[in-house]
Amino acid sequence: MTRTDVVAETTCFHCGAACEEIHWRDDKPFCCKGCETVYEILDSNNLCEYYDLNSTPGTKTPAITDTSYGYLDEPEISAKVLTFNSPSFASADFFIPSVHCVSCIWLLENLSKLNRGVVDSKVNFAKKTVHVDFNPAVISLGTVAGLLASVGYAPRITLEQEKKVKPRTDRSLVLKLAIAGFAFGNVMLFSFPEYLGIDQADHTLTRIFAWLNVALSVPVLFYSGIDYLRAAVRSFQQKQINIDVPIAAGLLALFFRSAYDIATATGPGYLDSFTGLVFFLLIGRWFQSKTYESLAFDRDYTSYFPLAVHRLDSDGEWKPVVIYHLVKGDTIRIRNLELVPTDSILLDGSAYIDYSFVTGEAKPVKAKSGDKVFAGGRLIGTAVSLGVEKSTSQSQLTSLWNSDAFKKVNESKYKKIIDRAARNFTWVVLGIAAVTAVYWYVTEPASMWLVITSVLMVACPCALALAAPFTMGSVLRELGKRQLYLKNADVVERMGTIDAVVFDKTGTVTHGQDPDVDLIGELDEAELAKIKLLTGFSTHPLSRFVHDYIRKAASVPVDDFRELPGKGIQAHLQGKVYKIGSAAFTGFHEKLDQSASYVFVSIDDEIKGYFMIRTMVRRNISAMIQRLGNKCKALLSGDHETEKQPMSHIFNESTTLLFNQSPHDKLAYIHELQAKGNTVMMVGDGLNDAGALKQADVGIAVTDDTGVFTPACDGILHGSEISKLDKMLELTRASATILKSGFAISFFYNAIALSFAVSGHLTPLVAAILMPISSISVVSFSTLAVKLVAKRKFKNIT
Amino acid sequence: MSIIALLISISLTIAVIFLGVFLWSMKSGQYDDTYTPSVRMLFDSEVKRGVDKETSAKQEPKK
Repeated sequence: MTRTDVVAETTCFHCGAACEEIHWRDDKPFCCKGCETVYEILDSNNLCEYYDLNSTPGTKTPAITDTSYGYLDEPEISAKVLTFNSPSFASADFFIPSVHCVSCIWLLENLSKLNRGVVDSKVNFAKKTVHVDFNPAVISLGTVAGLLASVGYAPRITLEQEKKVKPRTDRSLVLKLAIAGFAFGNVMLFSFPEYLGIDQADHTLTRIFAWLNVALSVPVLFYSGIDYLRAAVRSFQQKQINIDVPIAAGLLALFFRSAYDIATATGPGYLDSFTGLVFFLLIGRWFQSKTYESLAFDRDYTSYFPLAVHRLDSDGEWKPVVIYHLVKGDTIRIRNLELVPTDSILLDGSAYIDYSFVTGEAKPVKAKSGDKVFAGGRLIGTAVSLGVEKSTSQSQLTSLWNSDAFKKVNESKYKKIIDRAARNFTWVVLGIAAVTAVYWYVTEPASMWLVITSVLMVACPCALALAAPFTMGSVLRELGKRQLYLKNADVVERMGTIDAVVFDKTGTVTHGQDPDVDLIGELDEAELAKIKLLTGFSTHPLSRFVHDYIRKAASVPVDDFRELPGKGIQAHLQGKVYKIGSAAFTGFHEKLDQSASYVFVSIDDEIKGYFMIRTMVRRNISAMIQRLGNKCKALLSGDHETEKQPMSHIFNESTTLLFNQSPHDKLAYIHELQAKGNTVMMVGDGLNDAGALKQADVGIAVTDDTGVFTPACDGILHGSEISKLDKMLELTRASATILKSGFAISFFYNAIALSFAVSGHLTPLVAAILMPISSISVVSFSTLAVKLVAKRKFKNIT
Repeated sequence: MSIIALLISISLTIAVIFLGVFLWSMKSGQYDDTYTPSVRMLFDSEVKRGVDKETSAKQEPKK
């Protein structure tokens, strides 16, 4: 048996990826040098139990580069990252995205075995963080980060480290919920005699119970329910009535009416309803925050920003410095694919800056020496020096992404249903209260106030407030189960109104990963390495395929790099002109098989060879497009017209197939559709269609690796699930109906309760029954309905 | 009937203690990560040292 037979099916011992080129070590196969190195480190430290806990626990590790964590040792930077610091003891929290299994926990908690300087390490699996205690006298912060990276757990160190406030607020919500729940339970207990009508004889006991209820309810109003009161005050200040106003009115009416009843010994009060109401409301909130937590986008855009940058010192040395310490006049150095941290002037040569994150336009802009370069741009090509023009702050950097370019232009069109409903609701309630007040004032003035408070009490739209978070949350969850991760609940609402869907081709309709790449021609290893280097600068899918196909990258200076959209890339490398791109661009004239895409390479205008790339159409996509029918409006592709033939088999005749589309054309097309009155959803890979994704009412980025985040998109869809896209649209459409039905149910209960209140028959017992029932039925209805619809829709769809 | 007042005060005290304990455990972060500790307790406290390749090679054929 030959070894190559084995090779064909071998998977990496470390990460489980299929090996194309095998590195053997201790009779174990590894797919790359990086994985092998991790194994070596673990093996030499007797930590191979890592591989026993879970097979192939590693993640594919690129061989450790020299982009070391040295900058972390700068006191200013380490002060930002460290949570505790003293000469002999320090601790820091690292966010490690690649934590995913038991083995990860085991290895990370045994860090002290790898380096004596680490005292202890603790993993938080849910947050994917590791808390490391270490001795700074033995090991520096930068070395700790390097140590993590060397075993395949590269920490992500970003500006995010600075906002550690988030988990706090979350915890207080649970505390509020706990107190409300505690009070609710006990108040119900003390109200029991009242429900059953016993103990009428013993009035002292009834009085004691009533006062105990008041005592239990005070923290519920002033701690658990305080957010609703505050929100109501705020909405008054902004002169905008939202759902919190009637809630707050109801809560206050319930509490003070009950306190009054108890103080005057005229009744037992409605405190059981009151505490229950707060408890249910908070459950709704908690559920909402839980949903967002689990679906939180893995990567925030701020994580793209560098924390430190190399600055030229007074003694002529490049030293890392925190970007906030940059002042006007500093000289900084930015390397390929790094972000420009602040507005500056280009000092040497020329550079290509890709502003796609800021403007959504994928075409890099050329800047000459002396030109201004703006924050947020990404350098493409060789490293350059920049003269800082402006000092920077985080708010400035963040505002960059929140700039108009990334706001949905027509956001205001989608007024939240809930706010609209709340406004009408509030006016109706006030109207009813006024009419009742007049009626009772005429007939029986003595009980007027009692009736008005009753009306406000039962009108409290608790169920209404619960309907939206539970419906939207369930939809987000169901979609999340099918690997469509939406940014927030508003997107669900917008998705429900979509009537035009536009697709991008490469990476969306066709596979974005693992295409068949064949190299034809005579390119030697050194030339291939240079091609890999150049294609790495381009974001075009074909460039990426070629880039991934070649194993080794060269590191030589690149001059005069140019990317010509629709044509290819061109650069001078060691005195030779490299052109990589289309046949016309490189001067290739032979006729080739039309079913594949080609990338040609010419060096000094001599064709050296080409890459034949066959991308596969994703499975079942054709069935999905048939189901979408007329809604599927167009296919926009940056590729050549030759792809039209295979694509026309997939799409309907009514679908417009456009080729040779630049990112700008795509954006313009979406704009045109919207001008015609369509609500457009763009489905693309987010790389060369960021502008279109942004312009569309809903922009979905299709990716095979969910770690990618495009600020322009509203959601991320895993490539394998695109065949369910039509059903997902149907689900979001159904969710609007479900939400409205939830509202209807809540109105129905409110109507019943109001009829009791208006006629002056609202006894505490009636309130205690009606209020929880309405909340529970709305919650269970919306959750179950969404589940049921999702089950139906996705049945038989693969 | 005064016995009821006594019983209730006792039960309420106990309930408040439990609430306090819950709030304390919440605040001290015991609910922040509910997964890792369940795995951590199953790890061997000391990393296996003597498991070198010879012994593991010997063990395997026995299986």
